[in-house]
Amino acid sequence: MTQDFSKDKPIYAQLVDRICGDVLKGYLKPGEKLPSVREYAIESGVNVNTVQRVYKELEAMEMTETKRGQGTFITTDEERIGQLREEMMTQVATQFLTMIDSLGFTKEEMIEVLKKGG
Amino acid sequence: MLQLENVLFKYRKKPIINDVSFTIPTGQIIGVIGENGCGKSTLLQLMAGLLRPNKGAIQLEDRKVTRRSADKIAYSPDIDLFYESYTGEQVFRFYSEQFSDFSLEKAHIIAKHLEAQTTVKLGKLSKGNRARIKMAATLGREASLYLLDEPFAGLDPLARESLIKALIRFIDIENQSVVLSTHEVNEVEPILDQVILLRDGRLTAMEEMELIRDERNEDAVEWMKSLYEKQVR
Repeated sequence: MTQDFSKDKPIYAQLVDRICGDVLKGYLKPGEKLPSVREYAIESGVNVNTVQRVYKELEAMEMTETKRGQGTFITTDEERIGQLREEMMTQVATQFLTMIDSLGFTKEEMIEVLKKGG
Repeated sequence: MLQLENVLFKYRKKPIINDVSFTIPTGQIIGVIGENGCGKSTLLQLMAGLLRPNKGAIQLEDRKVTRRSADKIAYSPDIDLFYESYTGEQVFRFYSEQFSDFSLEKAHIIAKHLEAQTTVKLGKLSKGNRARIKMAATLGREASLYLLDEPFAGLDPLARESLIKALIRFIDIENQSVVLSTHEVNEVEPILDQVILLRDGRLTAMEEMELIRDERNEDAVEWMKSLYEKQVR
């Protein structure tokens, strides 16, 4: 079925996150071709305009390259992928730190919990 | 592409559509939402040129919309419009006689894609399968604007999903637009560029879907509720 989207974030942004996640997890390999805009729209059950925006955004992030007449491909620049990984980790860490701060937990306490696996 | 300017439509002196103005651009899928009886169907019929406004103007590419606009606008009403004794095949043939922009080939491709049975009489088909034939007939036309009145009403989730996907696949978003009225807001929302909210015949709001999510952190249903509540107060 059509994938579900959370309501508080634009759909294009959720799809960008999803594709980046697939790259980081290795489901999408460097140099791998993405489906055409229409195919991806049908697959994910969203508007073609939305997917166009997703592909534009990925290109601006240098996560993909568009080859004229051939389609859109995941970047082969592994350094860029490494960078994205770092960026994502920082992002997750920042969110986490803000959250534990708002609940009054210390980092040290949390490290213990994390080591135990939650 | 299609422009409404201060459109007023009355039925037995009662305004059904009241001072409504908006523009439908080329290349978008737009949803019309609102409670039962808020004027969605009437609005679509006005846009299709089937009803004439008492006041105001409706124009398609700078020409007044009339009954003759049917050659550019593909309108699909929310009722079962075909004879029960017709097969899908016969419906398509009827359409090809009625509309010069209708492609039998395209209709068959869409019907095949939807796994619709084209050789069985409509009266013998389920509601979902009749809706599939109706969608194939409508999208079989190469119109610049498609107006679909409640295309998913009363259908099971599978039929709804396949019709939604057919819309994504067979609409040429560079050159065509779709306006559809719906109660299945949650399901249809991911394919909408904009939503028009009607209440008591008036345009409460017209907004880009991504903006609603981005700035208000709401989906279309919540957005609709919050605007409705605001008006009550």
